[in-house]
Amino acid sequence: MHNTTGYIIKFTVALTVLAGLALSGMFYATEPAAKRNEEVFNKRAILSSIASHLDKPLAQMSDEEVLQIFKDKMEQKVVNTKGDIIEGAIAEKISMKAESKKNEADMELPIFTYKGKDGNINIISIYGNGLWDKIWGYIALKDDNKTIVGAAFDHAGETPGLGAEIKDNPTFPASFIGKTIFDGDTYTSVKVVKKVTDPKHQVDGIGGATLTSDGVSEMMVRGIKYYLPYFQKHKK
Amino acid sequence: MTTKKEKTPLFGPKEKRLLWDPINDNNPVTVQVLGVCSALAVTSLVYKSVVMAIAVIFVVAFSNLITSLVRNYIPSQVRMIAQLVIIATLVTIVELVLKANNYAIWKELSVFIGLIITNCIVMGRLEAFAMSNSPWRSFLDGIGNGLGYGVILIIVGVVRELFGKGTLFAGSPIQLNIIGKSNDLVKYWIDTSGGAMSWYTNNGLLALPVSSLFLIGIIIWVQRSRNKKLVDIS
Repeated sequence: MHNTTGYIIKFTVALTVLAGLALSGMFYATEPAAKRNEEVFNKRAILSSIASHLDKPLAQMSDEEVLQIFKDKMEQKVVNTKGDIIEGAIAEKISMKAESKKNEADMELPIFTYKGKDGNINIISIYGNGLWDKIWGYIALKDDNKTIVGAAFDHAGETPGLGAEIKDNPTFPASFIGKTIFDGDTYTSVKVVKKVTDPKHQVDGIGGATLTSDGVSEMMVRGIKYYLPYFQKHKK
Repeated sequence: MTTKKEKTPLFGPKEKRLLWDPINDNNPVTVQVLGVCSALAVTSLVYKSVVMAIAVIFVVAFSNLITSLVRNYIPSQVRMIAQLVIIATLVTIVELVLKANNYAIWKELSVFIGLIITNCIVMGRLEAFAMSNSPWRSFLDGIGNGLGYGVILIIVGVVRELFGKGTLFAGSPIQLNIIGKSNDLVKYWIDTSGGAMSWYTNNGLLALPVSSLFLIGIIIWVQRSRNKKLVDIS
């Protein structure tokens, strides 16, 4: 009786409907929490680039405090590669992955301005290629848009212990602090090199992860360049 | 078949064996060599291993339970696909719950939670055990096999994180720095200048998935040299 075609069809339909109901119920029950977690996660990533300028270590901050910072102390704007501010656009909604596929002229780039105890800090977003997969980061610049005061990197699939050190080893992003992306008025960015000869514009690479280091270097040069017209137009 | 009702204890020696066997003599990873793929991938940190172990225990236990409950209604032609629907539903539930409760670790484990669906341990237990045993026993069998998998994961995770990163439970609220320059624990006991084993440089090899293959190999070696029962299993 269990082997008739009719029974099999009935059984599979019943099983699928039950599984579908269970999953959709579960999805609606967890969706608000998951969305909020994602928002907090992304905001923490942005804040991690200015960790040393926050009032309190990021790891000790509750989710509410993270959201509060973005409400009270963070200003967001979106600019294009001609240096104009795009009205009405929300920086948080920008996906660098999507922007990186556009032509340079059509790109929309987020800027977060943190108004904290150390004055205004502008956080810009950069995106590039590592050895295996995409890498990205947030670079925090002083109000003059020249001096780096913080950096944070992340990656999709770099090798743990080697390329993944750009995120896991806190000394790597910290080595960018104090560097400047301009030499006088010439744009130099900050490069990752094997042997530092110009300590103002270079940082040490990661041993055993030359290709990831080169990726970060390339991302720093290209990623910050998109923002240059904006920096030029809004010089203080 | 006689319908004589035999009183069986809820947790007798047989049930105990269902729980204990997969942890030792019939371990899914080291004896049956199943589920090795995820054991290589997620064991770089203890915290990740623990979360993965809990996820697998949940999925194996409840898919065993559900399959055993409906085993007499499953038509044999669609047996496997029915089991897969049950497993996939449970895995998706785990993924949704994890995403809502611990987003960071969900991001870290990413694809490997979803890949529990294809973990041979789960399907293997359904076919070998749950299709022909009572729900309670199937449930215990699921917990036992999940634990057997989890124990290996955590052993490998501890070794890899301790010697590859110098920490334990990194990424969780109770992160401990054990060896290396910035340890929290030992420096107060042994020396005050830089901490115990501050000369130790993290072993990069242990951060790579390939090291867990070596470690699982060593575990199999140790287990077989201690337990002669396992040697002539072929």
